[in-house]
Formats: sequence, C-alpha cells, structure tokens
Amino acid sequence: MLKATDLRLTFNPGTPIETQALRGMSLEIPTGQFVTVIGSNGAGKSTFLNAVSGEQRVDSGTIEIDGIDMTRQPVWGRARHVARVFQDPLAGTCEDLTIEENMALAKMRGERRGFSFAVKPALREEFRAQLSTLGLGLENRLSDRIGLLSGGQRQAVSLLMAALQPSRLLLLDEHTAALDPRTAAFVLELTVRIVAEHKLTTMMVTHSMRQALDVGQRTVMLHQGRVVLDVSGKEREGLDVHHLLDMFEKVRGEKLDDDALLLG
Amino acid sequence: MSLYTLLGALEIGLIFSLVALGVYISFRLLRFPDLTVDGSFPLGGAVAATMIAAGYDPFTATIAATLAGAVAGLVTGWLNVSLKIMDLLASILMMIALYSINLRVMGKPNVPLITEPTVFNLLQPEALADYVFRPLLLVFVVLAVKLALDAYFSTQSGLAIRATGSNARMARAQGVNTGMAILAGMALSNALVGLAGALFAQTQGGADISMGVGTIVIGLAAVIVGESLLPSRKLYLATIAVIVGAIVYRFFIALALNSDFIGLQAQDLNLVTAVLVTVALVVPRLRAHWSGKKGA
Repeated sequence: MLKATDLRLTFNPGTPIETQALRGMSLEIPTGQFVTVIGSNGAGKSTFLNAVSGEQRVDSGTIEIDGIDMTRQPVWGRARHVARVFQDPLAGTCEDLTIEENMALAKMRGERRGFSFAVKPALREEFRAQLSTLGLGLENRLSDRIGLLSGGQRQAVSLLMAALQPSRLLLLDEHTAALDPRTAAFVLELTVRIVAEHKLTTMMVTHSMRQALDVGQRTVMLHQGRVVLDVSGKEREGLDVHHLLDMFEKVRGEKLDDDALLLG
Repeated sequence: MSLYTLLGALEIGLIFSLVALGVYISFRLLRFPDLTVDGSFPLGGAVAATMIAAGYDPFTATIAATLAGAVAGLVTGWLNVSLKIMDLLASILMMIALYSINLRVMGKPNVPLITEPTVFNLLQPEALADYVFRPLLLVFVVLAVKLALDAYFSTQSGLAIRATGSNARMARAQGVNTGMAILAGMALSNALVGLAGALFAQTQGGADISMGVGTIVIGLAAVIVGESLLPSRKLYLATIAVIVGAIVYRFFIALALNSDFIGLQAQDLNLVTAVLVTVALVVPRLRAHWSGKKGA
C-alpha cells in the first residue's frame, strides 16, 4: 500500500521562476490496486512519481509504503520495495551490459550484492523462460548487449525486470509514450498481464486519457500539484474520454476563475 | 633492437598494463575521468621503496603500496561522491595533493633501491638472468590480475559497479548504492596503479618524485591502442586488449627511440606518445570509412 500525505514541493523557491510542483498532494493506493494517473503538463504527475521513487525529495509531507516511512530514503534504499519502468526506453536498462546481466541486476533489486557470480545457469534458465513469454525471440539472445535491442524490446525487457523480484509498488512513468503505436499497444498489453500475474500494486502515469480508462481499476487526475479527480468502480466504468475532458475543462475553468478573482 | 631492449620494453609494458587496467576501470567502466593515477603511481613506488629501504619485507611493502593506491582512489571518490566536487577536478586535487604526500612519504625526492632485496631478486632462480626473469614473473602477475578482474566484474558486486558507470539512474532504481560503487571502483583502479608503481620502483632501482609524470597519458594511450587493435565490448576481451595495448605501445616507443635511422632521442618520448595516440584514435575511424566505401 502506498500512502502519500500532504506532499509539498517548490522548485527554485524565492526566485522569479519559482514553481510549486506539489501543493498538498495526497494519495492512497491499497495493496493490489492498479491506478492510472493523468493530468496536463506541469500538473505534477512526474514530480509526484519521482517523489515516490525517491529521485526528488519533498519539502514536506510523508510517503509510506506498507506502513514503512520512506520520505527520507534515497532511491537505492527504496528499491527493495519499489520497482520502476522509465519513460525513456534507454533509461531502464544498461546498454553496455548484456540482456542476462541486466536481468541479473534486476533480480537482485534491493538485495545485498555479494561476490557470487551474477549470472548462474539456473538464473539463465529462468531468464530464458521469462523472455520466451514475450514472443520476441530474445530468449536466444541472452548474451547480446541490450544496446542492440530496439526501444520497444528494451521496454518489454524492463517490464520483465521490474517483476523479477517482488515489490510492494510498481511505478510506470509514461512508459509507452516514446514507442510507436503498435509497440505501445504491445507493451501496454504486457503491462496488464504482468500486473495481473503478480498482483502488483501499480501506479501508471500516462498522457493518454484513453489508456488511463482502459487499464487499471482507478483513475486519478492531477492539477496544480494535487488530486482533483478520483474515479473508480461503477462511476469509472461509464466514463469515456470526453467525460474526462469535460471534467478536466471544468477543473481548469474553475481554477481560472479563482485566479481571475485573485487578480481582480 | 637487441633482445635486451626487447625484454626491457616487455617488462615496462607489462607493468604499465596494470596501470592501463586501472585506467580502463575508471575511464571506461565507471566513466570517471581520473587523473589521480599521476599521483597514485609514484605513491605506490614511494611507499614500496621507502619500506624496503627501511628493512621491511618487499612483499609486505608491495601490498602496502597497493593499499596506499586504493586509499588515494577512495579519497578521490569521496571528494566526488560526498563533497560533490566534479569528477575531473576531484582527481586533479588529489593528484597535486599526492605530490606533497609522496615527498613526505620518501622524506626526500628519491629513494634508491640498489642493493636492497626486491620481489624480483627474492624470487629469481639461479638459472635465469634477471632481465629474462622479471618479464616472466610480470606475465604471471598481470595474467592473475586480469583473470581476477574478469571474475570480479561478473559477480553481483562487480556488475553493480559496471551498471553505475553505464547508467547510474537505472542502477539506483535497482537498489545499487552508486556512491559506494564509485568508491569501490576508484579504490580498485588506483590499487592496481599503486601496485604498478611499487613494481616499477623495484625494477628501475628506486622511486623518484617525478616518476608519475604522464602516467595517465601512458595508461590512456594503452587503453586506446588496445581498443583499436582489438575492438570488443566483452569484458574478458577488453582486458586482454588493454594489456596488449600497453605492451604494443611500449614496443613502439622502444622501436622509435632505438632506431638510429629515425634519429629520435629519449627527450622525444612525449612527442612520440602524442603521435601514437593520435594514430590509434584515427585508425579505427579510417577503417570504418574504408569499409563503408566498400559496402556502398
């Protein structure tokens, strides 16, 4: 379970380019739930995800995962509980290492790394079996450098890697945004399968409202650094993209009015 | 070129292949441009020579020199990781600091080892001449180091270091403490350089404060020459390439300086180095250019 409470974060405080990225952002994700997060540019989606993963320290507020306070933990300290797939397909893997070495790194996510060989025969078989489920023929290329793979292939391997080791939270950061439509569909399908298979608690940030409604059990919309819309269950089933757009316009419109009042 | 100069070139080439392996770890695996080498090489020499001159066992002295190199690398890593000083600058700071430290260690600008025991003359069998035995022993040392490095970098902990150099953000997301990985890699790299310095002092008859000048250039030259001779991203081939690079580089230097018809002298060493490195950098591109033309 993820419990983020009243997160606040200001970039460049006290300067003309001051940006309040998170303004009292709170979100609870119960164990096993798949939540999709949407919002316009600058709404705080990525900042929130980075705050949860530890890449970005918050000014105030707390982040708990399964009751453990993670607010002050560095990225590598949270890795035991948090798995992540990046937006940039090149960011989630080490291009200089082979496919099996990358998977071996992920297999030990959050564990103490000792002096035994990273890729053992038994592990290699496990990796081979996992890769064959992708249907991309990668199971025969275990010792190829991962830099030789296409972006889509690397993203698919990143997803497998995220599920090699149990995690309490899976973070997906617009992980299909940089892929062509066909590959994006494949990776999304794979995501849904892996999340279901491992019953992962998942937070997926996406720029696509269609995608946000199609997968997962709950959708949250962020605006100006906090949650402005939170739908799930029956209410969400009836929703279509234009409903979301309407709600989105409404939220923005009201904010505009607020600003107008302030200025007036 | 006589057999004597040939074996001499092999001997120095083998010693510098340890430097080159260290440089390969910092520059290529960690992608940390580390100039500490210019200070940790004479540090190794200074520690070994001073201890041997003081009556310590040469093996103990060599191990101490290796550890001293590791500490120098740790400090450079610490300046970068904890104090957030830019990598290149951190290593330059450490390099100049080591100049004073080396003078302090030796207490004078040089410590000669003429009659003192060394790891070489202690192990040398009666039947072999010293100029034959030294390169022979060094072949074993370098091979042992190479195999140990290959093994280490395929362990979980070694993989974490390689991941840190290749993609630090990904490494952190996988739970690698990248700061510690940099410290470990820098310590390992400079330990090898310290070991090389200790062996160099024991083959060249002592340590000298200026023996480190240009070590980094020689180390990098060896890495670059090796990579252009044997281009491979596989680690066990890359370490071979680096060793071969160091030896080939040394042979070319010996050839250039010992061939009367070229007319080069010892003071032309740095110029020859610069030309060699330039050639090694340009040849792979020319090769790609030519093969590209053939394919078209």
